Amino acid sequence: MSLEKITKNLMLKGGTLIDPHNEKTYNADVLIKDGKIHEIGRFEKSESCEIIDCMGKVITHGFCDLHVHFREPGREDKETLKTGSLAAMAGGFTRVCVMPNTNPPLDTPESIHFIKKKAEDAPIYIHPIGAVSKGQDGKDITEMGLMHKEGAVAFSDDGLPIQDGGIMRIALEYSKLIGVPVINHAEDECLRDGGHMHEGTVSTHLGLAGNPDLAESTMVHRDLELAKYVDARIHVPHVSSAKAVDLIRDMKKHKDDVTAEVTPHHLFFNDEDLRSYDTNLKVGPPIRTENDRIALIAALKDGTIDCIATDHAPHTIENKETTFDLATFGMIGLESCFGVVNKIMCKESEMDLIKLISLLTCSPRKIMGFEPDLFVKGTSAEITIIDTEEDWIFSKEHIKSRSINSPYIGKKMFGKVLYTISRSHIFKNIIN
Amino acid sequence: MLKNKHLLGLEGYPREDIQTIIETAFNFREVLDRPIKKVPSLQGVTIVNLFFENSTRTKISFELAQKRLSADTVNFSASSSSLKKGESFKDTAQNIEAMKIDAVVMRHPTPGAPKHLTKFIDSVIINAGDGTHEHPTQAILDMMSLHEKFGKLKGLKVGIIGDIKHSRVALSNIYGLKIMGAKVTLCGPPNLMPKNIEELGVNYSKDVDQVIEWADALNVLRIQRERMGRGLVPSIREYRSFFGITSERLKKHMKEIVIMHPGPMNRGVEIDGEVADGDKAIILDQVLNGVASRMAILYLLCGGKKVEGE
Repeated sequence: MSLEKITKNLMLKGGTLIDPHNEKTYNADVLIKDGKIHEIGRFEKSESCEIIDCMGKVITHGFCDLHVHFREPGREDKETLKTGSLAAMAGGFTRVCVMPNTNPPLDTPESIHFIKKKAEDAPIYIHPIGAVSKGQDGKDITEMGLMHKEGAVAFSDDGLPIQDGGIMRIALEYSKLIGVPVINHAEDECLRDGGHMHEGTVSTHLGLAGNPDLAESTMVHRDLELAKYVDARIHVPHVSSAKAVDLIRDMKKHKDDVTAEVTPHHLFFNDEDLRSYDTNLKVGPPIRTENDRIALIAALKDGTIDCIATDHAPHTIENKETTFDLATFGMIGLESCFGVVNKIMCKESEMDLIKLISLLTCSPRKIMGFEPDLFVKGTSAEITIIDTEEDWIFSKEHIKSRSINSPYIGKKMFGKVLYTISRSHIFKNIIN
Repeated sequence: MLKNKHLLGLEGYPREDIQTIIETAFNFREVLDRPIKKVPSLQGVTIVNLFFENSTRTKISFELAQKRLSADTVNFSASSSSLKKGESFKDTAQNIEAMKIDAVVMRHPTPGAPKHLTKFIDSVIINAGDGTHEHPTQAILDMMSLHEKFGKLKGLKVGIIGDIKHSRVALSNIYGLKIMGAKVTLCGPPNLMPKNIEELGVNYSKDVDQVIEWADALNVLRIQRERMGRGLVPSIREYRSFFGITSERLKKHMKEIVIMHPGPMNRGVEIDGEVADGDKAIILDQVLNGVASRMAILYLLCGGKKVEGE
């Protein structure tokens, strides 16, 4: 596995192009010059080019993740913009939005500027999401306008749900000034009540404090109604329950700019998997029942949920190698994402590959207002090359993140990202 | 001799093994009635009692069981340990095992902690209570006491009264009793019942008189005083009025019934002093059977190890 700066012209030869934005699949070669798409067509091999043999492989847009935690500033021992970028490229991602729950949080124009400046030389595009409230205390809203000018693409107090409905209303109304989405981690803290996993039969068996699905759904309901009432944009992150899916589906009939995301882990696991007390499966919102998992798959298929986002949340070994109550919430997810969602959605749930790819590419880009049409001459090349049929086992070797808190280690994956091209860099995902 | 190396909980525990433990416990019970109450069964075996949470009777019961079996024991409790200095659970466990021990008896406030411990150490692990999850040795001694009284467990009707949601005693009793073919009805305030508890094959009743009328035995759980008046239970008098096992209540029913309590009791709250001291109660038998049960468990899990050179 290696990251290289592209020095020569690059020719992607013999692959199948999937253009999710224009909904087209065709065989062609891609010529990349100076990091930009120079031409798409049929080319003879040339001495001046580095050739990547793409025979039997899929060439598509670089993935875009609306929800990652790169922990900078403050917890560089867990992740940095640099190591996070590598993890992203290992997973086929060329563009990510970093959540503001850093230390200090990204709650000022200056801190947004810090991220933008620091990410200038990164091999992927990193967009900061600004905090909704100062210090993420859920009370006073931040300088959203100035933060947006510095590059904040959305606002969220992720990890710390905004409990006060009045503040949420103010935030949503004020966000209309700039027209970007507010993302609220939807959990009612009173109903969550210290719960460590989904409340249900399994939590009863394990004796672990439960977090009921309505802690999410009542909050989703509030947020959707508020967004409708003040006509603002709301994006629901990491939907975990069938109840929340139903509410979003219903609201979409009345309000077409409501969007939502789901994580790979909520599609892959159910609460039965927690019987092992694996602390890597301790996430917020919790992994719920098989019924919820099925509802999430259906919601992706029918368009109720608009995209897949990893909620990549690195934590130290000490954070996770402890008893369940003390373990922190979250798992890493960038490197394993495609192998997981391709397995669940395409192999097991009969989704078309092009549809799945759109959930990782043009669909999240549209939510954030990023350019979704990437196979255009002159566009900076953001490309992911995939073997969509490869069976493989996820292991520690595949992790480029600074942290290794992944419950997928040892799990079977289907489909693998081979190369990621972004910002004149190429990541080669070949383990020697 | 038992199928599982550890005793982490009774969920899915083999029926025959529970049977074996109880039978062995009755044998050790005889030992406890002898003038010299000590056997050499676990000579040379080193057991650590690792208590991350306060306990009086469970700890004494285990210690006594170990001494009766001639095992060497060391006690470790969180208050006196380096855990307070920020040492991790993993380090504590590995350090203790590095000193060459054979078994760990652990009490911990977190559900799943004994299972977590199995990842770090090779010794036999016995769960002496993990938070709101399980307390398997308590359930074994409860079943032994019921068996002593009724001569069987199959078909026996047992009511468990109190805060089921926060009770490891309840959960282990439910698993154990169901495996042994007993019938279980839970009774207590609805907000102190865990979600989907009926999926464990038990009934729920909010009417304690109905349960008394139905049951052969009641296992009355301690209602934590901390929970009183803090939203979960409005007051002691209200709890007592609806769920307290009072002498008036028992007199009203005029039936044979066995009263158990895992201790420590709140006399005058979940159980009247008169009932606790009365002839229906087998609470002190439970305590004695606790030593015998723990002797049986330790013997079956740690026995068979020969001292070097023997």
